[in-house]
Amino acid sequence: MQPERNIKLTIIAQNLTKIYGTQKAVDHISFRIEKGEVVGFLGPNGAGKSTTMKILACYTLPTEGHAMISGYNIITQNLLVRKHIGYLPEQNPLYNDMYIKEYLLFLSKLHQLGKNANSRVEEMIEMTGLTPEQHKKIGQLSKGYKQRVGLAQALIHNPDVLLLDEPTSGLDPNQIIEIRNLIKTIGKTKTIILSSHILQEVQAMCNRIIIINAGKIVADDTTDNLINSQKQRITVQVEFKNTVSKQQLLSIDGVIKADFNQPKWFIVSEKPDIREKLFEFAVNSGNNILEMTKDNLNLEQIFQQLTVN
Amino acid sequence: MIAILSKEITGFFSSIIAYLVIIVFFAITGVFLWIIPETNIYDSGYATLDQLFEIAPWVFMFLIPAITMRAFAEERKTGTLEIILTKPVTDTQLILGKYFSGIILVILSVLPTIIYYYSVYHLANPVGNMDTGGTWGSYIGLILLGSSYVAIGIFSSAITDNQIISFIFSMLICFFFYILIDLLRGLLLISPIDPILEFLSLDTHYISISRGVLDSRDLLFFISFSAVFIILSRLIIEKRKW
Repeated sequence: MQPERNIKLTIIAQNLTKIYGTQKAVDHISFRIEKGEVVGFLGPNGAGKSTTMKILACYTLPTEGHAMISGYNIITQNLLVRKHIGYLPEQNPLYNDMYIKEYLLFLSKLHQLGKNANSRVEEMIEMTGLTPEQHKKIGQLSKGYKQRVGLAQALIHNPDVLLLDEPTSGLDPNQIIEIRNLIKTIGKTKTIILSSHILQEVQAMCNRIIIINAGKIVADDTTDNLINSQKQRITVQVEFKNTVSKQQLLSIDGVIKADFNQPKWFIVSEKPDIREKLFEFAVNSGNNILEMTKDNLNLEQIFQQLTVN
Repeated sequence: MIAILSKEITGFFSSIIAYLVIIVFFAITGVFLWIIPETNIYDSGYATLDQLFEIAPWVFMFLIPAITMRAFAEERKTGTLEIILTKPVTDTQLILGKYFSGIILVILSVLPTIIYYYSVYHLANPVGNMDTGGTWGSYIGLILLGSSYVAIGIFSSAITDNQIISFIFSMLICFFFYILIDLLRGLLLISPIDPILEFLSLDTHYISISRGVLDSRDLLFFISFSAVFIILSRLIIEKRKW
């Protein structure tokens, strides 16, 4: 008998915990993801993003807790779950000595697509933009195209849910944009969880962000809410001529955080603009400001402008 | 399972591996059978392929580990194991797919030596005066022995992500079950564990089948021998979950 499938909630995770030896990689994580959501798992390296992905993809078992994907239990019905998910592991592992078509056909056989296999492979090649390279061996492709093969691999059986572990890591900024656009297009019809340690990345693709640190969820909100909370703050980089102590800077009204990274101070403050106050501070303390910039443009955008054409 | 089997076979043939294995097996057994003095058929004066079946287990002892060393070690190293194991395929299907692809390559490398059989058959005086039953028995025995080696190789490949370790380890296990166990029997002479060692020796069952009588006990032994190593491989592959 078919288990009852909750159409609206595609992923329900409850108290997922994974312990490797003595280390808690994932620590009682719970979340619910509705159909059609594109959710970003954000967190530093080693935060437990990949382990959570591996559990959801049925590669490994949780030490504690359980999860349902498309109404199937990841522990007791793992073969059914695997039919409904597409998983792109970190580093995008591929068989380099196989041809693109050969690889995708092999996967469609594993998914028992039967007669549809050939047309599905063609469809995937077109959808992921692999057409100009389709007769090549995977090993001969550039990293960007390899990533497309990885996505085609995850999509071949038309899954309800896509789990993408760091889908743009290691790509150059142009390739990142291409892959992001591809994921955005796919995201219109599917539920996606993607992991990343770059905020801009998640901001560009997801409508909801789950921030994980040290195996625990520290924030779970819509992207807009999270971005707005960031927008209330600005970061200013200042280089002083003479040494300044952290206490002095923190004593300025509005300064939340001050970090020194030779030779500059990175000062985070509440709006409005803190620069005027910093200038006054320098004058009053008989110091000189050698350089002061407000961080607006992120690094990725600058790099991208330089590399397009 | 069929999908994995056919992928593996295509992999063997699209790289140089399959051709190399078939040619090397054919060449080495050929050299011993027809060229090297003392061991060759003309010198022996008997119309038999015994030399082939004596040398073949030794050739397989390094050829089969070379075929199987990639099976899991490479997939583990490149990470493709994670892709396959998150597809709707069970661990057992994956292992069996790789196991049977190895056996098919063993059969394919044994097949060309039928030319030797044909030659000896016609060299015999009178023509055809050779132990046909014994020869066919030996062929079946050799394939069964090869399949045991494949199971050992798959197991050794599952325990590591280093192909060289896998190669050496499987060669050692093959060596142990094929010859060392018999040497041990010779050393221990009549010890209480002698019947167990005799039973576990691959050579005992290989020789038994080579006589041309396909005893179901020998057949069952070879099947269970492979099964044990396949189950062990499965346990190792499943370890990722814990």
